[in-house]
Amino acid sequence: MAVTQLAARASESPHPPASARQAPPSPASGRGVFWGRLGVTTWVVPILLLLVWEALSASGIVPQRKLPSPHSVALAFWQLTRSGELPRDVFVSTLRAAVGFAIGGGLGFAFGLAAGVSRLAENLFDGTLQMLRMVPHLALIPLIIVWFGIGESAKVFLVAVGVFFPIYYNTYHGIRTIDAGLLEMARIQGLKGFDLFWQVIFPGALPSIMVGVRYGLGIMWLTLIVAETIAGSSGIGFMTMNAREFMQTNVVLLGILLYAALGKLIDMAARRIEKGALAWHPSFAQA
Amino acid sequence: MASLVRAGVSFLERSVEVAPLRPALSAGLPVRLRNVAKFFGSRSVLQDIDLTIEPGQFVVIIGRSGSGKSTLLRLLAGLETPDAGDVHLGDDASPGRLRVMFQDGRLLPWRRVIDNVALGLPKAERGRAATALQAVGLADRANEWPRVLSGGQKQRVALARALAANPRLILLDEPLGALDALTRLEMQGLIEDLWRQSGFTAVLVTHDVAEAALLADRILLIEDGGIALDLRVDLPRPRRAGPAVAEIEAQILDRLLGGSRRAA
Repeated sequence: MAVTQLAARASESPHPPASARQAPPSPASGRGVFWGRLGVTTWVVPILLLLVWEALSASGIVPQRKLPSPHSVALAFWQLTRSGELPRDVFVSTLRAAVGFAIGGGLGFAFGLAAGVSRLAENLFDGTLQMLRMVPHLALIPLIIVWFGIGESAKVFLVAVGVFFPIYYNTYHGIRTIDAGLLEMARIQGLKGFDLFWQVIFPGALPSIMVGVRYGLGIMWLTLIVAETIAGSSGIGFMTMNAREFMQTNVVLLGILLYAALGKLIDMAARRIEKGALAWHPSFAQA
Repeated sequence: MASLVRAGVSFLERSVEVAPLRPALSAGLPVRLRNVAKFFGSRSVLQDIDLTIEPGQFVVIIGRSGSGKSTLLRLLAGLETPDAGDVHLGDDASPGRLRVMFQDGRLLPWRRVIDNVALGLPKAERGRAATALQAVGLADRANEWPRVLSGGQKQRVALARALAANPRLILLDEPLGALDALTRLEMQGLIEDLWRQSGFTAVLVTHDVAEAALLADRILLIEDGGIALDLRVDLPRPRRAGPAVAEIEAQILDRLLGGSRRAA
C-alpha cells in the first residue's frame, strides 16, 4: 500500500501544479534564496529519506537483516569509533589512497607534460599509453596479486595505475589545446623555456589538469574499495567484507556511507583548490 | 588670442589623459626587405617585396583581405620565415627590440591586467608596466582580470604590453578592427600620441582607408602579393577628417577598387 502511494506521488512530480509553473523562483528574492543561503534546502531530501527509512525499518516492512535502520548504523559507527577500529581502518584506507594517488598522479602529470610539450616524447609513448588506457585497470587484479601478493604494495599499485591515465590524458590534452595565439604572443614578448612553461603553458592547461585530478580522485576511491574488498586485512573495504561474514549489515552499510562521506570530502577539497587556482576562469568567477 | 587659449586647453586635456611614457629619444628601428617571397604550399602569397622603412616612420599597410598584408607583418615579426630574400631589422638583436599588437588582444586570462602588461619584462624593469598602463589611461584597472574589461580596454592593455619594453619597432596587426567606431577613433589618437612621444617605428596593417589616411607617414597598398602603391602622406598632425585627408582616401580607394569605380 505504502509503496503504491509513493509510486503515485512519484508519477505526479514531473507535473508540478500550475501555480508553481507560473511563478518560477526568482534568483534575486524570495524565501527559497534565504533558506538556500543557510544551506537548509540541500538537507531537506536526505533528512526526509532518513526519516522514511527509519519508519520503514521500525514498522518491520523492511527486514533489519537486509537493510538495518539508520539508528543501528549510527550505533555501529559509535561503537567502532570507541573501540578504535574505525579510525584505524579509515586512516589505513586514506593513507593507501593518498600514496597511490601521489605516485600515479605524479607520474601521469610528468608523462602528460612530456607528451604535451615534446613531439618526440609524444611519438615515443603516447600511442602505447592510449592503448593501455583502454584496459580496465581492475582487470589487472589477478596479475597484481601474483606480483605483489595481497599486501600494501598491491593496493597502492592498483590505485596508482587507475589514477595515472586520467591525469596523463588531461595534462597532455590541456597542453595541446592551449590557444596557439597566446603562445605566439608569449614568444614575441620574449618568453621561452621555463618562463614560457610556468607563465603560459601550465596555467593554460590547468583547467584541463584539474578535470583530470577530480576524475582521478573518483577512480582512486573506486579502485581502493575494490582492492580492499577483494584482498586485505585492514581498511574500510576489509571492515565491510569482514562484517558481511558475520551478517553485521549495519557495519557494511556504515562502510558504504564512509566511502560516500570521504569521497564527498575529497571532492569538496578539490573544488576549493580549483576555485582558488582558477579564480581567473569565468566558470569559477565569484558571483 | 582665444584660439591660442583653446589650443592650450586642448593640449592640457591631452596631456592629462595620456601621461608621457618617456621623452622622445630612442631611435626607431630601420626595416629593410630584399626580394622577399613567401609561399604557402605552392601558392605564392608575397613575391619580390623590396622595402625600406626609415627609423621612426609610421607605415600603414593596406589591402583587401587575402592580399598578403598580414603575412608581410608576420614576416617582419619573425613569426614567418621568408622563402626567398631576407628581412633585416637594423643591427639590433635584443629581445625587446620589437613587439606586436594583435587584433584579438591575446591577453592571458589568468594574469591580472598589470601582470599581462609586465609579461616578459625582466624583474628589474617591471616598474615600466605601471608606466605603460598609465600611458594608456588604465592605471586604475591594474588589478582586474582581463575578462571584466571591454573590448576597447583590452586593446589598450595589449597596447600597453607592446609599449612596456620600450621597443624600437611596433607591429600592429589590425588592432582596431573589432572595435566600435568611437573607440576606434580614440585608440587611433592614443596610438598616434604614444608613437610621437616614443619615436618607435610603427607598421600598422589595416583595411580601413580612413585610418590609413589619418595615421600614416607612408601608405603601402598590397595587391596580389606585391606593393601596388607606395604613397607618402605629408600632412600635419594630429589630422582630422577634411579635404586633404579625403583626397588621400580617394586616391587609395581608386587604386583599391580599380577600374570599376572609375567607370561608375
